[in-house]
Amino acid sequence: MSLLWLRFALACYFVGLVYAFVALTRTSDLFSRVALHAASLGMVFHFVSLTEVFLSGHVVWASVHNGESLLAFFSMTFFMIVYAIYQTTSPGVVVFPVVFFLTFVAAIDEQPVLLTQFVSHKGWLAAHIFLIFIGYAALLVSFGASLLYLLQERRLKAKKPSSLISFLPALEVIDQIGYRSLLLGFPFMTLGLLTGSVVAISTYGHLDFLDPKILLSLLMWVVYMLMVFTRWNSGWRGRRAAFLATFAFVAALAAWAANYFSAIHRFGA
Amino acid sequence: MRFQLIGVNHKSAPLEVRERLAIPESRLPDTCRDLTAYPGIEEGMVISTCNRVELVTHTVNGSADLRGFLHDHFQLSPEELDPHLYEFRGKDAVRHLFRVASSLDSMVVGEAQILGQVKEAYATARAIGAVRGQLDQLFSRAFAVAKRVRSETAVGSSSVSIASVAVELAKKIFGTLDGKTVFIVGAGKMSELAARHLMAHGCTSIFVANRTYERAIGLAQKFNGQAIKFDDLYATCDRADIVITSTGAPHAIFRREHGEQFLARRKNRPMFFIDIAVPRDVSPEMAKLDGIFTYDIDDLQQAVSSHVSDRRKEAELAEAIITSEVERFEAKLHTLDVVPTIVSLQDHLETIRQAEIDRVRGRLGSMTPEQEIAVEALTRGIINKVMHTPITTLKTAAKESEATTVIDVVRRLFNLHDKEASTSEKKNEVETRQ
Repeated sequence: MSLLWLRFALACYFVGLVYAFVALTRTSDLFSRVALHAASLGMVFHFVSLTEVFLSGHVVWASVHNGESLLAFFSMTFFMIVYAIYQTTSPGVVVFPVVFFLTFVAAIDEQPVLLTQFVSHKGWLAAHIFLIFIGYAALLVSFGASLLYLLQERRLKAKKPSSLISFLPALEVIDQIGYRSLLLGFPFMTLGLLTGSVVAISTYGHLDFLDPKILLSLLMWVVYMLMVFTRWNSGWRGRRAAFLATFAFVAALAAWAANYFSAIHRFGA
Repeated sequence: MRFQLIGVNHKSAPLEVRERLAIPESRLPDTCRDLTAYPGIEEGMVISTCNRVELVTHTVNGSADLRGFLHDHFQLSPEELDPHLYEFRGKDAVRHLFRVASSLDSMVVGEAQILGQVKEAYATARAIGAVRGQLDQLFSRAFAVAKRVRSETAVGSSSVSIASVAVELAKKIFGTLDGKTVFIVGAGKMSELAARHLMAHGCTSIFVANRTYERAIGLAQKFNGQAIKFDDLYATCDRADIVITSTGAPHAIFRREHGEQFLARRKNRPMFFIDIAVPRDVSPEMAKLDGIFTYDIDDLQQAVSSHVSDRRKEAELAEAIITSEVERFEAKLHTLDVVPTIVSLQDHLETIRQAEIDRVRGRLGSMTPEQEIAVEALTRGIINKVMHTPITTLKTAAKESEATTVIDVVRRLFNLHDKEASTSEKKNEVETRQ
C-alpha cells in the first residue's frame, strides 16, 4: 500500500519537475502556484506512504528505497519552510528534480529490510538516519540556493533587462536562504555523524577510518564546516561559495554512493 | 452609435495650440452647457488635461459641426486649428475613448492619471445633466474597459524613469531597501533625485561627498545625512550599500583595487554602484568584481527603454481587448436600438387589429363570450405569425451590426418612422423636464 501512495506522490512531484524546467525560461505566476499546490498534495500522499512504512513495524527506514523516500520528504519539507518564509518557489528549480528522482527510485519496488546487523541499536540508528537526512536536505537547499545565486548574479551583471522581471528573488534573499539552510543543516549533519559513529562503534567495537563510507562522510563534513567557516569569516558568496557548495554536494553524493561498497554500511546481507 | 469625438492631443498638436484650447476646471461646467446647447448635439462633455482637449458628444444625426463649436468657443480660425484636430465618429469615437481611458493614448503609455481625469470630467458633466443616456453608457463601459486593461495586461505595471529603474535594480540585489545606506558622490540634480527615490523606498542613512565640501554639507542637510570630506571617500565608502556617483572627474575614481578593499571590509556583502557620470566614475575592471554591481547611464537608459518596449508588447494586448470591447459595446447598443422599433411595430399592428375588430363588430352582431375569445385569438394569431419573421430578423440584425439598415427598412415598410421620432422626442422632453 505504501508504494501506491508513494506513486501518487510521484505523480504530483512530476508537476514540480515540469515547473523546474519551465521556470528557467519563463516566468509564470499561475504555474508556480500550480506547482506549489501539486507539491503540497504530493507531500500529503508521501506522508501517508511514510506513515504506513513506519506502522508496518519494520526496522525503521533501513532500506535504501525507504531512505530515499524519507530524504525526498525532508527535502520537500525544507522547500516548504523556505517558501513559507520567503514566498518564493525558485529553490524548486533544484529541489524538485532531486525530489522527483529520489521518489521515482523509491517508488520502483519494495525492498527487503536491510542493515540487519544494527538491529540491536534501533533507537540510535533511527536518530542517525533522521538527523543525517535533515542535514542532507538542508545541504540540498543550500546547494540549490548557491546555484540560483550564481544565476541571478550573472543576470544582474549581464545587465539583461529581463533580470528585472525574472522569477528569481533578490540576490540577498537567495543568499540568506542558502546561508540559513547551511547553518541549520550543520548541527544536524554533525549529530547525525556522531550517532552513526555510536552505532558503528557499539556494533564493531571501533571506527574503521579507512572504510569508504566513513572516509567520505568525514570529507563531506569537513567541506561543510569549511563552507560555514568561510562564509562566517569572510562572507564568501557567489562563485566561490557555489564551488564549495557543489563540492560538498558531490562529497555528500559520494558518501551516499559509498553505501554500495562499504563493508560496514552496506545495505546488504 | 451617433457618437462624435473631436480634439487635440500631445501627438496632434504642439503645446502652444493645446494651451489655447485648455479649459480650466472652473470653466468646465459652462463649456459643457455651451456644448449641449449647440445645434445637433444631444449630450456632450469635455476632457481637458495638459496633454489633450477632447469633446465627446452624442449627436442627433451623427454629423454635428463640432469644428464649428471649437472655432466659435475658442475664437480660433479654421486655419489655426483644423490641421491639429482629429475627429472620430461612431465606432471610431468609441474606440478612441476606450483607448484614452485605458491610457493607451497617453504620452507615457500606462500612466494611471488619465483615468482619474476622465472620471472627473464625466462627473462634472453628469452633475449638470450634460451626460445622460447614451454617453452615460459609453463612459461606464469605458471605465470598465480601462479596469480590464489594467488588470489583464501589464501596461501600467513597470516604471519608466531612470531613478525608479535604479530603485528596482537595487531591490533585485538587496530585496528590501529598509535600513540600507546610500552614498552620493558628486552632488548633482540627478543623483539627488535617485537618492530621493531610494530613501522613499526604505533606505535610511545617507552620506554625501563632493569636491567642494560646502555643497556636500548643503545636500547632506536636505536628507538629514552626513557630509564626508572627499579625501575620506575611500575610507568610508564601504559603509554604503548603494553608491550614486556623478563626479566630473576625467578618469574613473573607483578602480579595481578600491573595489577589492571595499569588499574585503564589507565581508563580501554586495555593493550597487549607480554611475551616472560621463565619463564614467567606475572603471570597467572594478565592475567585473564579484559582488560589485555597476550600472552606468547607458545601462539604466537601456533598462528604461526595455520597459518601454515591454509596455509596447502589453499595449498590443490591450489594443486587442479594446477591439473586442468596441464590438461588444456596439452589439449591445444595437440590441437596444431595435427594441423601440419592435415595440412600435407591435403597437402599430395592435392598433390595426383593434380598429379592424371594431369595424366588423357591427356586422357580426352579438357574440357569445366563446366567440369573442375565438375572434380575439384568431386575429392575434395572424398578427403574431406575420410579425414573427420581422422581429427575429431585427434581433439577429442587431447582433450583426446591420441593424440600422434593417430598422430603416422595417420602419419604412410599416410606416413607423414618424411615430418613432415623435415618441423619442416626447421621451427627451420628459427627461429634460426632470
